[in-house]
Amino acid sequence: MVESESAIIELRDVEMEYDNGTKAVRGITLRIKPGEFVFLVGPSGSGKSTIIKLLTGEVEPSAGRVRVNGFSTRNISERQIPLMRRTLGVIFQDFRLIEKKTVYDNLAFVMRAVGASARESRQRIPYVLELVGLEEKASHYPTELSGGEQQRVAIARALVNNPDTIIADEPTGNLDPERSMELMELLVKINELGTTMVVVTHEKDLVDHFGKRVVTIDSGRIINDSIGGYVGGHIHG
Amino acid sequence: MGRHNFGYFFHEGLSNMFSHGFMTFAAIGITVACLLIMGTFTLVAVNANSLLQELENENEMLAFVEEDFENAKSLQKELEAISNVESVVFISRQEAMERFLEQYPDEEMFQDLDPNILRDRFSIRVTDLEYLSQTKAAVEDVDGIAYANAAEEVAGGFITIRNVASVVCIALIAILFVVSVFIISNTIRLTTFDRREEIAIMRMVGATNGFIRWPFVYEGFMLGLLGAAIAFLFQWGLYEAVAKGVSSNDALQLIEVIPFQELRTPVAAVFGSAGVLIGVGGSLSAIRKYLLV
Repeated sequence: MVESESAIIELRDVEMEYDNGTKAVRGITLRIKPGEFVFLVGPSGSGKSTIIKLLTGEVEPSAGRVRVNGFSTRNISERQIPLMRRTLGVIFQDFRLIEKKTVYDNLAFVMRAVGASARESRQRIPYVLELVGLEEKASHYPTELSGGEQQRVAIARALVNNPDTIIADEPTGNLDPERSMELMELLVKINELGTTMVVVTHEKDLVDHFGKRVVTIDSGRIINDSIGGYVGGHIHG
Repeated sequence: MGRHNFGYFFHEGLSNMFSHGFMTFAAIGITVACLLIMGTFTLVAVNANSLLQELENENEMLAFVEEDFENAKSLQKELEAISNVESVVFISRQEAMERFLEQYPDEEMFQDLDPNILRDRFSIRVTDLEYLSQTKAAVEDVDGIAYANAAEEVAGGFITIRNVASVVCIALIAILFVVSVFIISNTIRLTTFDRREEIAIMRMVGATNGFIRWPFVYEGFMLGLLGAAIAFLFQWGLYEAVAKGVSSNDALQLIEVIPFQELRTPVAAVFGSAGVLIGVGGSLSAIRKYLLV
């Protein structure tokens, strides 16, 4: 299914215009290789969120082609969308945990949603919780955890179905600098285990610290794509 | 997901019901109210129809034999063979005179009348009053029958009443059904609104629409069935109370109410099916908009 073996994510000449006439993405071409760690940066309204939506299949491009983990999201059938999303793990700025469920149940619930048995959950969840350093918090409710811990639960949830790629949308937006650094280190560690990582952020210090590939978006266009740190004007968030 | 995860969906549906206690109570209450109104109206219509049927049966046609016709009784078979004729009873001149005199026991001037001034006749009951005119014409076509008397206007009145009652009943039931589905749908929509984040997460991790939808369908099914069971018990109690009231009321004693035992099975079946249909229909309509992307 993968047209170009070297790219796990590929956007080619992608345009995205919403029904209200807003042109959010203007002719973007971007290729991300398996196992890569990419920061997506840019000011508010630059088109970062739209790119995330294009990658998760929430919106279809007006023109061009988007391929994610072997699936083309243009004209993708309704039945194929869940299959495509199972290859992705998504982390949000506001964690989006279910408060009525314990940490364990938050993870078991997404495993169950893709057809895993209770036995498979019992085997997988402790491993993932250990990976994010929360093995002691399995029976806690999200409201009993700190912001950093809640985000680590969200990372565990993104990881639990063993996705090919993790997309993190402003994962440190609600955390203090110290927790942000810890969290980013965790994402780097997960990346080193083989998962492709796309992280949207506006935190210049973090981007500069890790020296990874940085793609800068402005007004719906890629204005810079380089290794090592942020290049260009201010990142306004 | 290959197999249907009955246990999981049932458990989720049940826990949805308990975790949204007030909405569950409201949904069941509304189902009970709607089914009770629909059921009461239908049972009244069923009883009215049965009463009309009885009155229809009382409505007989009289076919008079020609005066000089010999062996009038021999026409019976021919009359019975006419379509829409349910029963034919021969009444001789003598019997007709006796009946006539029974009606006027105190009128002395009638007492010495010769039965020969009356005709032999047949009392005919029809199966369907709607075809009374055609049946009357067919009876009059029989050789030996002089003419027939039938209360066609009365029959027309009965038919009109029955038709109007049927249309009103069907229309009311249809309206109440749609209203019930709408209310249940909105009730379940509130529970889905409460769980929209959960649904969004399920969609984001790749749950199929079926996996997301089934717990709500089970919830609707259980709400509908529970509502139907409660409505059935209320209906039973209400019916028995009204039947008792009718039979003990002097003015209404002539009305014969159908015993609930005769109606129990169909009422239970209709309530059960309608409850499930309202519950599942309401759930599916409520969840639809969350499954679009």
